[in-house]
Amino acid sequence: MPQPYSLNTYSLQPKYLQPLQMSIQAIHIRKTFGNYTALEDVSLEVPDGKLVSLLGPSGSGKTTLLRILAGLDFADPGSNGKVLFHGEDVTATQAGKRGVGFVFQHYALFKHMTVADNIAFGLRSMKRSERPDKAAIHARVNELLQLVQLDGLQKRYPSELSGGQRQRVALARALAVNPKVLLLDEPFGALDAKVRKDLRRWLRTFQEEIKVTTIFVTHDQEEALELADEVVVMNNAKIEQKGPPQQVYDRPVSPFVIEFLGNVNRFTAGVSGKAGDKPKDVLYVRPHDVELEPEGSETHEYSLKAKVQHIFSAGNYGRVRLERVGTHEPFEAEVPRERLRELELAPGKVVSVVFRHVRLFPKGEFLEADIKDGKLAV
Amino acid sequence: MGITLAYLGLLVMIPLAGVFVLTAQMTWEDFWRVVTSRQVVATYKVTFGVSLAAACTNAFFGLIVAWVLVRYQFPGRKLLDGMVDLPFALPTAVAGIALTALYAQTGWLGQYFYAIGIETAYSKVGIFIALTFIGIPFVVRTVQPVIEDLNAEVEEAAASLGASRTRTLCRIVLPALIPAMLTGFALAFARAIGEYGSVIFISGNMPMRTEITPLIIVKFLEQYQYAEATAVAAVMLVFSFVLLLVINLLQRWTESIGQARS
Repeated sequence: MPQPYSLNTYSLQPKYLQPLQMSIQAIHIRKTFGNYTALEDVSLEVPDGKLVSLLGPSGSGKTTLLRILAGLDFADPGSNGKVLFHGEDVTATQAGKRGVGFVFQHYALFKHMTVADNIAFGLRSMKRSERPDKAAIHARVNELLQLVQLDGLQKRYPSELSGGQRQRVALARALAVNPKVLLLDEPFGALDAKVRKDLRRWLRTFQEEIKVTTIFVTHDQEEALELADEVVVMNNAKIEQKGPPQQVYDRPVSPFVIEFLGNVNRFTAGVSGKAGDKPKDVLYVRPHDVELEPEGSETHEYSLKAKVQHIFSAGNYGRVRLERVGTHEPFEAEVPRERLRELELAPGKVVSVVFRHVRLFPKGEFLEADIKDGKLAV
Repeated sequence: MGITLAYLGLLVMIPLAGVFVLTAQMTWEDFWRVVTSRQVVATYKVTFGVSLAAACTNAFFGLIVAWVLVRYQFPGRKLLDGMVDLPFALPTAVAGIALTALYAQTGWLGQYFYAIGIETAYSKVGIFIALTFIGIPFVVRTVQPVIEDLNAEVEEAAASLGASRTRTLCRIVLPALIPAMLTGFALAFARAIGEYGSVIFISGNMPMRTEITPLIIVKFLEQYQYAEATAVAAVMLVFSFVLLLVINLLQRWTESIGQARS
């Protein structure tokens, strides 16, 4: 499906988009490398024009899934797995013919070519009948460089650019051939924290501008939550949960998702240690749901005593590291600065701890509740 | 720095300078007469011509050997990898005699070549075979680590941009390998120019036809014509130096395209 070449493809695209049109569908994908299962019956749908993140620890299969979508890897033969782009079956199509733009973690720029030649490579690789003429390629390269805000660097070599600039050249190179889908493998993984943050914001606005369906792989939950329209959390070759970032963060479906998304305190035994508490219950509390009270305040089943270990405050909130009295379980609390002052906290001081909101996983089920008057308010 | 200079001086510079000092004992006319005599000029042609052909062949096939050794997994790969170094280790005379036995008219391989009209022994073809044999490890060993370091992602990037495999190899992979190939080529070439042991058996040493320059130097020496020998050696040295310098510059130029600019 060669797309007619146009200089202004992006600006000509309609602003409205059909809401349920699926750009990408992966159905029952299975992939094994020898004895190792990288993907186990994974299915995924990505709506048109959305920015989706595949989030998971290393070894969770996220990059393998991305590579299968790109056509750089293929699902196990005989596994009935299918990849569809806009309803069209591309399962057996090679990467170069799928119309995907792929951006690698380490940029994979062509070192011996200038920035302009790098970007023009895809256009120059087209069949003669479809290839734009020299002037058009030149114009397209300049247009793309403006788009990624690197105008004027046409003649530079990749080694003369910073990491962030290289990644944007890689992006421009991938966009040059008007891909239907943009796939990014840990695009910010090799950059330092500051550049990563800037480039992340920039990518978000950029994607909104060009409206091309984008999937990016990351192991950084903050990145996924901040950037994506939809987050797909992967673990152990499977998709654990998918949904909008807010939903995934607020309503995690498994202990894994809770632990992976943001800071969380984990208590293995029953909270109060009283008889009747099932010892294998796992209880999770986000640091901002931990409230500190002066020692000797009212206690109930969901309160405990803890010793302050360390206090660090930046901005309006202070992070307090505590250790539970008795079990020595470490945990963290996020407390407003004013409250810190009121409590006159100092390392070594013992405080009462009350949880506002907890998540429990008794026997594998999920239970989420506020705490009211010492009881779970389900 | 000092140690390096002393080392290079003792082992390289002084012996080489000696060649020129000895040569300088001749008169200019004598020198010119010796180094431009028809028999000597013919040996230059043989030595440099065949060495160049052998080094080119090695550059090409050495690249293929290195590529296969790095990119393909097959039984016996390690063994083959080790065998690449054999021409380094084998006494060149042994190689020469073995090759002669193989490629002579009655040899295992020679009989087939002679049957189709190719004289593989006592001819330039024979010299070419010997020089290719001793030169191949240079190319393989210089190119191999570069292929190992090649980033597979770069090839995938090219493929995902719609480039065919051929285009990826020509435009992406080959340019990255060219500096190493040139180094290997230069080494193989230099070695081939100076090669003596393996060639003299298979070449037949016919004056004007298959006589190589190192051999004519030895011939002069055997006749106690030391001055003549060093004169030819000096010419050879200058030739080789100029050629290697050119290759070096070429190599630096290819490297400068992108890679050395960090």
